[in-house]
Amino acid sequence: MSLAELICPAGTPAALRTAVDAGADAVYCGFQDATNARNFPGLNFTPDELAEAVTYAHARGTKVLLALNTYPPAGKVDLWRQAADTGARLGVDAFIVADMGVADYIARTHPGVRLHLSVQAAASSPEAIRYYCEHFGVRRVVLPRILTIPEIRQIKREIPCEIETFIFGNHGLMVEGRCSLTNYLTGQSTNMDGVCSPASDVEYARHEDGSMSSQLAGFTIDRFGPEEKAGYPTICKGRYTAPHRPEGYYAFEEPVSLNLSRLLPELIDAGVHAFKIEGRQRSKSYVRGVVRAFRAAVDDIRAGREANMADLVALTEGQKQTQGAFETKKWR
Amino acid sequence: MSTGVHTVSPARLPGGGVVSRLACGVVQPILSRVVRRIAARHPSLFARLGPHQGTDFLIDPVDLPFALHLRPDPGALLFRAVPRDAVPQAGAVIRGRFLLLLELVDSEEDGDAAFFSRDLEVTGDTEAVVRLRNALDDVDGSIAEETAAMFGPPGRAVLARLRRAYTPEMERT
Repeated sequence: MSLAELICPAGTPAALRTAVDAGADAVYCGFQDATNARNFPGLNFTPDELAEAVTYAHARGTKVLLALNTYPPAGKVDLWRQAADTGARLGVDAFIVADMGVADYIARTHPGVRLHLSVQAAASSPEAIRYYCEHFGVRRVVLPRILTIPEIRQIKREIPCEIETFIFGNHGLMVEGRCSLTNYLTGQSTNMDGVCSPASDVEYARHEDGSMSSQLAGFTIDRFGPEEKAGYPTICKGRYTAPHRPEGYYAFEEPVSLNLSRLLPELIDAGVHAFKIEGRQRSKSYVRGVVRAFRAAVDDIRAGREANMADLVALTEGQKQTQGAFETKKWR
Repeated sequence: MSTGVHTVSPARLPGGGVVSRLACGVVQPILSRVVRRIAARHPSLFARLGPHQGTDFLIDPVDLPFALHLRPDPGALLFRAVPRDAVPQAGAVIRGRFLLLLELVDSEEDGDAAFFSRDLEVTGDTEAVVRLRNALDDVDGSIAEETAAMFGPPGRAVLARLRRAYTPEMERT
C-alpha cells in the first residue's frame, strides 16, 4: 500500500498552522509574487513568514513544499532563482515546479532538495514524466485531472517517480499551464504572473430581480438567478450565449468541484503516493474542514476500515461535486 | 438593471431611520474600542491590506438596523455604525447576515462557500474585499471572542446569546 500522504494548501501562515494541526502530512504554499500560481492579493508568505512556518511544521513532523510553479518570462529568471535560493535556505522539503529552466536551476544549485513536477507542467504521459525525471531528477509528478484510474495505474508502471493526484477542489480540466483565457481579457498571465481572473478585474453587480452578474475586465461571464448557486468568476466556468444556444450554456467547464473521497482506496491501489487538496486561496475554515475530513478517511483506509467521510458539498464550487475523469471520461 | 454597487439595503421597518440612528449611537463607543484593540493586537494584518488600507468598506449586516463603515488605515482607523439612509461613498460593500459576517471574520465559515451559496454578496472593488478577507483570515484566534472578552462576563454572555439566537433549532441539538 502507498503511504497516501495528505498534501494540504495554505495561503497564509495561520492557514498553514491550521493545516498542520488538522493532520496534514505536508503543506504547500508560495511567496507573495509571480513565482506561484496563486499570486492573489493579500495571500501567501514573506520569507520571514515562511521561515516561521517551516519551523512550526517541522516541529510537528509535517513537510513544507514550496510552489514555484509558474513560468518565468524569457530572460527574466532572477525572481524564480531567488525564490528557490530562499526556499532552500529556509529548509523547505521540496519545490513544486513546472518550468524546465527553473527545474534545471534547482537541480544544479540545490540538488539536495526534492523536486516535484507541478500539475502546471501538464505532464500526462509516461514519456513526458520520464523526461523530467531523467533530466532534472524529479521525484514526484502531480498528475493532470484528466486521467482515469486505470490510466494512472498504467502510468505508474512506466515511470520512476511517485504520483500525486488531486482529490478535492478545483476540477481543472484545461491543459494546465497553457490556459490563456485570463491573459486574453486582462493582459495578465495565469502561467507567468500567477493570476487567474485577477480580483482587480473582477466585478459583481446586483440586479433588481435578485440576480447577480459577474464580470471580468468589463465582460459579463455569468449571471446567476436569485436562488441559483454561484461559482468563481473565471472565464472557463462562464456561461455564454451563442446562436445555437441562445439560452446560455457552459462552453468550457461548469462550476463544480472535484471530490474523490469515494475513490481513495482505488487510487491507493493504483499506486498513488500522495493526495492533494486544492485551495490555497481558501480560508482557514475550508482548510480545517477539508483536511480533517480527509485525514480521518485516509487513516480509516490505512487501518483497513471503511472510510466514513464528512459531507463537504457546502464547500464545493457551485455546491456541486464530481469525480470527473477519475471515474469516467464521460462525466459531463 | 443593476441597482448600483456602492449601496446598502434600505431600512425595512417604518420609522427605520430613527431606529437606525438610535442603534448607531448605542454601538458606536463599543466599535471604536473594538477596532483599536484589534489593531493593537494584530498589527500584521495591515500589511496584507497593501494599497487598500485607505479603502472605505461598507459592511451591510442585512438583519441589523444599521450598516458599518470601515477604513482600515493604521494611522487613522475608522470603524463606525452608520444609519442606512446616510451611508458614505464606499469602495466596496460586503453584505450578509450578521452572524455569518461574524463567523467569516473568525474563519468559522468559509467566505467562498458563503459566496457560492449566495449568502454573502460583494460589490465594488473586489480586490479590496479579497485583501480584507485574507488579512482577517491570517489572524489566529477569534476576534469575536476577543471582543466579547473586552467586556468581561456580560460581553461573553451577549456573544453566546447572539449565537444561540442565530443558530437554527436543528443545529443546536
